Order: sequence, then C-alpha cells, then structure tokens
Amino acid sequence: MLDINKIRAQFPILNRKVNGKDLVYFDNGATTQKPQSVIDAEATYYANENSNVHRGVHFLSGLATDKFEETRNTVQAFIGAKHNHEIIFTKGTTDSINLVANGFRTLLNKGDEIIISEMEHHSNIVPWQMCCEISGATLKVIPLLDNGSLDMHEFDNLLSKNTKLVSVSHISNALGTVNDIETIIAKAHNFNAKVMIDGAQAASHVALDMQKLDADFYCFSAHKLFGPTGVGVLYGKEEILNVLPPYQGGGEMIKEVSFAKTTYACLPHKFEAGTPNISGVIAFKQAIDFITDLEIAEITKYEEELLKYATAEVLKIEGLKIYGTAAHKSGIISFNIEGLHPYDIGVIVDKMGVAIRTGHHCTQPIMDRFNIPGTARISLSVYNTKQEIDVCVKAIKKAKLMLS
Amino acid sequence: MSTIKEIQTEITEDFAIFDDWMQKYEYLIDLGKELSPIDEQYKTEDNLIKGCQSRVWLHAEYTKGKIIYTADSDAIMTRGIIAVLINVLSGQSPSEIANAKLDFINKIGLKEQLSPTRANGLVSMIKQMKIYALAFNN
Ligand SMILES: Cc1ncc(COP(=O)(O)O)c(C=O)c1O
Repeated sequence: MLDINKIRAQFPILNRKVNGKDLVYFDNGATTQKPQSVIDAEATYYANENSNVHRGVHFLSGLATDKFEETRNTVQAFIGAKHNHEIIFTKGTTDSINLVANGFRTLLNKGDEIIISEMEHHSNIVPWQMCCEISGATLKVIPLLDNGSLDMHEFDNLLSKNTKLVSVSHISNALGTVNDIETIIAKAHNFNAKVMIDGAQAASHVALDMQKLDADFYCFSAHKLFGPTGVGVLYGKEEILNVLPPYQGGGEMIKEVSFAKTTYACLPHKFEAGTPNISGVIAFKQAIDFITDLEIAEITKYEEELLKYATAEVLKIEGLKIYGTAAHKSGIISFNIEGLHPYDIGVIVDKMGVAIRTGHHCTQPIMDRFNIPGTARISLSVYNTKQEIDVCVKAIKKAKLMLS
Repeated sequence: MSTIKEIQTEITEDFAIFDDWMQKYEYLIDLGKELSPIDEQYKTEDNLIKGCQSRVWLHAEYTKGKIIYTADSDAIMTRGIIAVLINVLSGQSPSEIANAKLDFINKIGLKEQLSPTRANGLVSMIKQMKIYALAFNN
C-alpha cells in the first residue's frame, strides 16, 4: 500500500494555493510536478558539480560524466534495455520521434509505407508526414473505434510487405486508451516492419520491459515522469541504431573529423551531438529512483483505483460524456458536458484551484473523429487523492450551474 | 454616443460593484447570453478568428462613418468578453477605434480572463477589430 501523504510531502508545489484555494493538480498528462529530490539534484549540480561531460580530464568533468552516465544506466534498468548504449538522451518525446523520422527517411523509398494511428499526438504525426514528403513513402492511419480504441481489424488490413515502420502511442494522452502494443509489435514484425512506440503517457504509469516488449524504438519525456523539462529518452535496438544515420552533426558525435571524411562516434554518442542538458539528465535519475522506490506496479494499481473512482464520480454529473471508454485505460478522463464549451469549464474550475486541461490536446484528428472542438481533461498521477477528485467534481458542478 | 473613453469608465464602474470573481464571471456569462446574435451568413471560415481554444467569428460593417461590429463565439465566457469589446468599440469611427487605448481590461479585475492569452483569442480579436478600422479609414 502506498502512503500517499508521504508521497505528497515530497512535492513542495502541492502545498501552494491557487486563486486562494488548495491546488488540485489534474494536468499530469501535460507535465507532472517534481519531487524535492529532483529539484535538489538540479541545484546541487550547479552548486557543486558543474562541468562539461565526456571531455575534460579534470576532476569535475569526470564527476559530471559519471553522474550523467549513471542516469543512463538507471534508465536502462528502468525500461529493461539490453545495453546502456541503447539509451539516447534527447530533449523529449518530440525530439526522439524527430530523430528517428529524420534518419528513417534516408532508408525509405517510394512505395514504402508508414503506419500511424488516428489517436496520435501531433508529435507522432507531423514528423512522419515530413518523412513521407521527403522520402516519397506513404502514410497510413489506423482508425479509431467509437470507444477510443484502435481498430485492430483495420490494422491487419493496412499491414503489408510495403510497411516499413509502425509508430503508435502506448497510451493516448487525449483518451487514456492503453493500446495493445504487444500485439501491434508482433503483427508488424511478421511483415518485417520496425515499430516505434510513443511512451510519453506510459512511462510513469506502467512497468516497461524493452526486451520482453521487443519494440524497435520506444521514447518518452522526463518531465512527464517527475523529472526536469528538456530531457527525453529514445530507446532503440542496437542493430537498428547502428544503421540509422545521425540526426545532428557537431561535437561529441564524431570519431574523427577531417574535411575529406568524418566518421561518427559509436552509440550512444552518435546521436548526442553538442553539450546535453547535463543538470536535467543528472536530476532525472532522482525521478526514476522516486518511481522505483514506490514500485511501478503499486503506482499502476493505485492509479487504476483513482481512475475508477473519478470515472464513477464524474459520470454522476448530468449531461457529462466521457471520450475514451476502452476496457483498458490509464488515468485520463476526457469529457464534455452537453451544451457547454470545455474552455468555459476550464476557466471556472481554475478559479476554484483545480488545474485541468482544455482544448484539443494536440490531437486534432481525434477531435475531428468525434466531431467536437475539444474536451476538458483530467489526468491523474500517483500523488492525487480521492478527496481531490471530490473537489474537482464539485468545481465542475459549480461551473455547470454557472454556465447553464 | 459616448466616446470610447467614457464607455470604458462606465464598464469599469459596472464591474467595480462585484466583490468576488464568481459575481464577475456570472455577469460576464450574462453578457455573453445577451450578446446580439451574428447573422448566420457571417459565420464563415473567412470571418473566423483563430483563437487557440474557442472559435470567434467577427463581422464588420461601415455605415455613415461608423463601424458596426457583430461577433459570436462557441464559448460563453468568450461571448461575454466579445460583448464588452463590442460595447466599447462598435459604433465608433474608424480613426477612434484604430487609436483606442483599451485600459479597462486591467481595471475591471478580470485580468487573467481578459488578458491577451492565446487561449481566449482576445488579442487576435482586438487586432482584427483594429485592422478593420484601419481598412475603413482609408
Ligand atoms: C502521447 C504524447 N506524445 C508526445 C508528446 C510530446 O511530448 P513532449 O512535448 O515532451 O516532447 C506528448 C505530450 O503531451 C504526449 O502526450
């Protein structure tokens, strides 16, 4: 059993007031709050350890490099990767996807196909559109069913020998659907297609094991996982990362540079050009340790309980409709109330200290699919409580009263 | 017809009677509900102002030296804001609109709500109203 009060005590921001009310932070899908250990690690780095990594022979450079690499090992263990050089540090999920899409376009030819899905975040759509535009490949889209899950039957129809890559999210940020990525990966591999999984909404909520999962690429952002902004992870299988051309050129990523020919460094440095976000990467270790200490299975269990409670409570509000009702869901509730605009709901509950997201959540195709301008979205994290859900529901009811 | 400055003073006084945000929001919602509807034929893609979250349609007509604005939004709070803006600017001359300093926004204590964020499209709406004024001024 998790001690939620003890967990909450580690997050200083949860003590603050917003508009004179206790903050109820339900916008965890956008970014999570940070525990004191992460905040301290950033400060300690600059106060005591600051130095560039992988370069100097002096003491501090060695220290910073060790700590930086320690995070890589921690991520490796956290996601069950085979090698630590399969962990590439990026700026975030968006950056990770762009890295792969950019490299992949050189491996594609006219007639090749990439499959994504209708539920993707814009960052898992636009890079592939750009990739297709340049390579001449075609983009195919797995449609959504009414309950917000993927039409797996249609996925079967889309797969062919032309399919070179499938890129789908693990968990939908706008609907909460947990996709059956094991099946998607297995089916794509039957056609020798590679699979990239956008794990932005999954990594802090469900256990990951890359070797078991067998995804070719998996990516997520540190900031949605209690870590700093500007740090992300790209996991890729060694043999694929070795054939993927580098993304950016610069320092760190080379073996030898001459004007006649430059050779690239080996993994992971080939994909880490320039000075990285050193303080962020070092602090990110604390975020993963925070999760590991709690045990991810316990987090999943607690969040499922919160989701069940929150779903039942919001459904008591008359005229409220939830978008995303798949059987397997993560702690995200996207909803609209009949006759009301989500924006109006959002600004009123904010006045009562409740932070929810409103809008299209960077998933316009989903909004088009359901023919709505947007939704209001509650997204939960391990430090949230049932009492907070009660406050939120009350605030939504009040908003409804004011707006009707 | 009062000047833009006079109307802004009036609005500031109207809002000053309320002592909490809820009353102010309720007033804004009421203004939104009372906003005279825009003629359906003007709810076109061309007249759409791309705010981030709520959609706003703005139409302007120039008659007898004055600009008459009509507008609508799918969000009621945004309609309330529109109602206030129309109250201030509609029926004025192009040059007055183009040169208007809208200082009531800070004074009525709805700064977050009325502040030019991308979310409510207010900044784009004011800009569009002024663009019409400049166009009709020539
Ligand atoms: C499913 C999904 N993919 C990608 C992203 C983009 O992540 P980032 O902005 O950290 O690059 C997000 C963030 O909202 C997301 O929820």
